[in-house]
Amino acid sequence: MINLETPKKHATLIDQAHQLAMNMLRPISRKYDRAEHAYPKELDMLAALIDGVSETGASSGAGASGVRRDDSADDDGGTVRNGANLASVLSVAEMCWGDTALLLSMPRQGLGNSAIASVASEEQLDRYRGTWAAMAITEPGTGSDSANIATTAVKDGDEYVINGEKIYVTSGERADSVVVWATLDKELGRAAIKSFLVRKDNPGLRVERLEHKLGIRASDTAVITFTDCRVPAEDLLGSPEIDTKSGFAGAMATFDNTRPLVAAMAVGCARASLDLTRDLLERAGVVIDYDRPAQSQSAAAATFLRLEADWEGARLLMMQAAWMADNRRPNSLEASMAKAKAGRVGSDVTLSCVQLCGTLGYSEGELLEKWARDSKILDIFEGTQQIQQLIVARRVLGLTSAELR
Amino acid sequence: MARTTGGPLVIGVTQSYRFAMSFLSNLRPGGRHGLSSREARDAIGLAVAAVSRLAQSDLIDRVGLRKQAEQAVYSTTRNGFRVATAAGRTFARSGRRTAGARPANAASRGVFDLTPTDDEAMLLEVVRELATEVLRPAASAADEACAAPPDVLAAAQDVGLPALGVPEELGGIMEERSATAGALVAEALAQGDMGLAVATLAPGAVATAIGLWGTEAQQQTYLPAFTGGSASGVPVAALTLAEPTVLFDPFELATTALRDGDGFVLDGVKSAVVRGAEAELFVVSAMLDGTPALFLVESGADGLEVEADPSMGVRAAGLSRLHLTGVRVDADALLGDTDGTAYAECVRLSRLAWCALAVGTGQAVLDYVKDYVNGREAFGEPISHRQSVAFMVADMAIEVQAMRLLTWKAASRATRGQDFAREVGLARQLCTEKGMRIGLDGVQLLGGHGFVKEHPVERWYRDLRAVGVMEGAVLL
Repeated sequence: MINLETPKKHATLIDQAHQLAMNMLRPISRKYDRAEHAYPKELDMLAALIDGVSETGASSGAGASGVRRDDSADDDGGTVRNGANLASVLSVAEMCWGDTALLLSMPRQGLGNSAIASVASEEQLDRYRGTWAAMAITEPGTGSDSANIATTAVKDGDEYVINGEKIYVTSGERADSVVVWATLDKELGRAAIKSFLVRKDNPGLRVERLEHKLGIRASDTAVITFTDCRVPAEDLLGSPEIDTKSGFAGAMATFDNTRPLVAAMAVGCARASLDLTRDLLERAGVVIDYDRPAQSQSAAAATFLRLEADWEGARLLMMQAAWMADNRRPNSLEASMAKAKAGRVGSDVTLSCVQLCGTLGYSEGELLEKWARDSKILDIFEGTQQIQQLIVARRVLGLTSAELR
Repeated sequence: MARTTGGPLVIGVTQSYRFAMSFLSNLRPGGRHGLSSREARDAIGLAVAAVSRLAQSDLIDRVGLRKQAEQAVYSTTRNGFRVATAAGRTFARSGRRTAGARPANAASRGVFDLTPTDDEAMLLEVVRELATEVLRPAASAADEACAAPPDVLAAAQDVGLPALGVPEELGGIMEERSATAGALVAEALAQGDMGLAVATLAPGAVATAIGLWGTEAQQQTYLPAFTGGSASGVPVAALTLAEPTVLFDPFELATTALRDGDGFVLDGVKSAVVRGAEAELFVVSAMLDGTPALFLVESGADGLEVEADPSMGVRAAGLSRLHLTGVRVDADALLGDTDGTAYAECVRLSRLAWCALAVGTGQAVLDYVKDYVNGREAFGEPISHRQSVAFMVADMAIEVQAMRLLTWKAASRATRGQDFAREVGLARQLCTEKGMRIGLDGVQLLGGHGFVKEHPVERWYRDLRAVGVMEGAVLL
């Protein structure tokens, strides 16, 4: 039966996430925006709290660890599942309503953890339990064309030797391991790209520097070099075979799971702006009326209605993508649709809310200007707006990457 | 204007001033032919206007320069002719004035789900076939004729569309509130053709309204005819909320209902009336004691006139205006409450239907341009291989799905009896803006071929513009 409400099953988890966001993230939001690169020590306690909740099995995880497609039995008494993916996007959205950068800095909730959850074997999953894994894909010469990466991994006995430079590694300094993409054989193209888990204490790994950024400043973004970095062969995630037919799909499968999460970040960040702006407008005497035609209301109310409608669209596309993953349906198209819509809506909403609130919104006295800076990265990382459009267009039009480049 | 305080002289001056002004305003172009009232004619303009008048005059017809004389009969394709409404059938009164039966709300398991129920899926299968096999092939000619062909209307009746929103105990087909089923059906029909979808859904809008808000008497008097209990078939019926004014707000109507003894007297003009000339039953919105309310008006009532109002799109619905001049109805004509609650729900459910129609037509555009850009070659390869083309298609796919999800959310809340004012407000906002964009891009992607009637995209462009301006006509 068609129903697009927040799942009843996840209501408690979402309430918890909201309370955490309101009472732990918001109070330190501005502090760590100003103190870029300072470690938000408050998050250690928060992470322990979240671990505690997860241990009890009361929730499906507040973040990245929840994306694995488990095959456990349905507990809704029906055939439709509302599982870990929906729980993850909804709780991530709540946390980013609190603060996107702090969510990204959450210990043991890195994007590398999502990669592990998506592609690791059961044995690896067990072995990596409790690690905080960053994700290293982008290189100075390779952004969206991630099939073109130059970092190499060469088999040497029971080890792989990794060489290369990775940039834009979120939590690259704070995490205790890094999932790095490297090619086994550049000649074989994307099929030869594999991901490896590298411990941060590996002598061949070096954090070179941290970036100074437009937004999400509380999250550390590192440049990491790998110089004759030796990792045990069992730390190659997934299969070591170079399967030229489906090869890249394995690595890219991570994105099907992480893109709805990034959409969730944009949805959460934008809602922070909408919530505050609505309140400020109401205090100024502007009430949003859903029945009266927008053009008969004030321009501010009409603008707000437009923003909220777009936002609702992004949120429902995000839920759709997660719901499909929960029900073990392929969701590459829907994940990219959600990411594309949420990414651009996140920017439009947060920037427009600054406009509606004038210098009040532009000032550091409120968080509106911060959200308008934080949201921009969400239309870039884990696949830019343009990459999402490429993916959607190829799927919809039935074109290969050679035909639509 | 000067008031009468100045005595007879002032009145005389004022009158001649008025006369002079109306004479001048005849020379002034403003207000007609799409000209702003700020326009002024100079000498050359006046001369050109005179030549234009001559060119349009009967004189040249009498000397045989024009081929055909126009007939002053009602035609759905021409504005301006007014005729009395159809004589219509007599609905036999029965039942009491107590509250009628109400459809039950659907229960929810609280599970996020995008899967239609088995019943809805079965219904959809039938309606999709109707849309593909009957509506789409008839669409172009119906658009031209500003009328829905009888076989299309009959096919829709056979499927049972008019009774879709009527509860089972009143002879309908659904056990529970069926706004979701209605949204799926409207979407599927509009994927065939929006204009014909509106024409086929219009009687159901009136039946659903009576099912939702009618007294026992109103339900027993009118509903049997809609649910197949009448030898003369389902009555042509129209839900009329819109009025032809700028910045129209359905909660601030110019049409009035004045209490008169036991009944009411209605005055005003309604627009976007589906198949007005044939309609036998209208639901008319009017201000009663400062609050909008709904009234059942049978076409035989004195003081009703209908005027064809062919518009930019949705032409197959035979859009018209309904003029009400001192129309007397009895106390039983009031449909629903007088505090505006039923009326607000009516406006929302109608907008919801328009959203569903926009989703269907948006999907039709997407499906059509998809094939076109893959087949059309330029510079040695399909134009779909170009990002500027492909990305427009991608955006279309993204937005039509967002429109669909918002519409479904509002519909499913209505089905469960939850408040859906916010959801339908947002759905309408998105469907208006993105629907128009999809129509625009649909024509653009076909280039010159999109601009000519050889392809349906120009019709969809016109139809999708309706979503933001329409109120009434359809209802889920």
